[in-house]
Amino acid sequence: MKLKFGVVVFPGSNCDHDSYHVLKHILDQETVYLWHKDTNLQNCDVIILPGGFSYGDYIRTGAVAKLSPIMNSVIDFANKGGVVFGICNGFQILTESGLLPGTLIKNKNLKFICKDIYITAVNDSSLLTKSLEKKTLMTPIAHGEGNYFTDDETLKSLQQNNQILFRYSSSKAEISDEYNPNGSIKNIAGIMNKSGNVFGMMPHPERSSDGLLGKTDGMQIFNSLLKNFIK
Amino acid sequence: MFKAKVIITRKKSILDPQGKAAEHGAVLLGFKNITNVRIDKQVEFLVNVSDLEIAKQEVSEFCSKLLSNPSMEDFEINLDKVDEA
Repeated sequence: MKLKFGVVVFPGSNCDHDSYHVLKHILDQETVYLWHKDTNLQNCDVIILPGGFSYGDYIRTGAVAKLSPIMNSVIDFANKGGVVFGICNGFQILTESGLLPGTLIKNKNLKFICKDIYITAVNDSSLLTKSLEKKTLMTPIAHGEGNYFTDDETLKSLQQNNQILFRYSSSKAEISDEYNPNGSIKNIAGIMNKSGNVFGMMPHPERSSDGLLGKTDGMQIFNSLLKNFIK
Repeated sequence: MFKAKVIITRKKSILDPQGKAAEHGAVLLGFKNITNVRIDKQVEFLVNVSDLEIAKQEVSEFCSKLLSNPSMEDFEINLDKVDEA
């Protein structure tokens, strides 16, 4: 199925071109950039909030980006059931804007972590995880604030509603502290909202979707989205 | 006009890795009595109104909508009447 993707560009976004490249040139989907000062989502089917350091991460990651004019349209779109996918800084913007629960705080070891890690899908019915060829995927992470935190009540509700998509794991799908790179509660690497149309994850599937880079596991997430999207 | 001094603190239930690192530094320096280090944020600005209640309301809204994230932080507002900047 051909979908139209909109990749939002904030001042400081730096994975917008990676996302655009994968969607447009590798997956052959109609893809446009959406400038943060605009409000028109150009009839896109899916909105991508890319990684980066929007507004220099000042105040808190995503705190200023959530106030951009385009975000009013994105919030409206999401509330009407539109599919929104935030990656890394995009995930942080989604929690700041209240579209996803919880928050992303500084990594437990205080360091910016940039490396390939493994995540295991713990939900097999969401748009992003339903059609994965394998449950454990190698994806890069590159963040200083990726430590997912939420209070007990929210965590319980995430679990009850099957909103946890990915957890940090070993290559053999073992989920434990040893494989938790940033201190995230319950090794959470990605979640979705209750209605299953807003997604956020810290790892970068768009940086592991081009065979030229030697890793393609991230492609499975985009393929799952394309396969299961109902227009 | 009021001078606002806002202190944003991380909720006690949330680990403060920077505070922990500073605490560790205190140990390395040989301090034996320093514990529970928390690193918070302080923001200062002017509020150009004469009514205290209006100033309080505006600052509180600014704090909850932007300066703090209610899911992980609390804030404390201090307002001082000043004549000019």
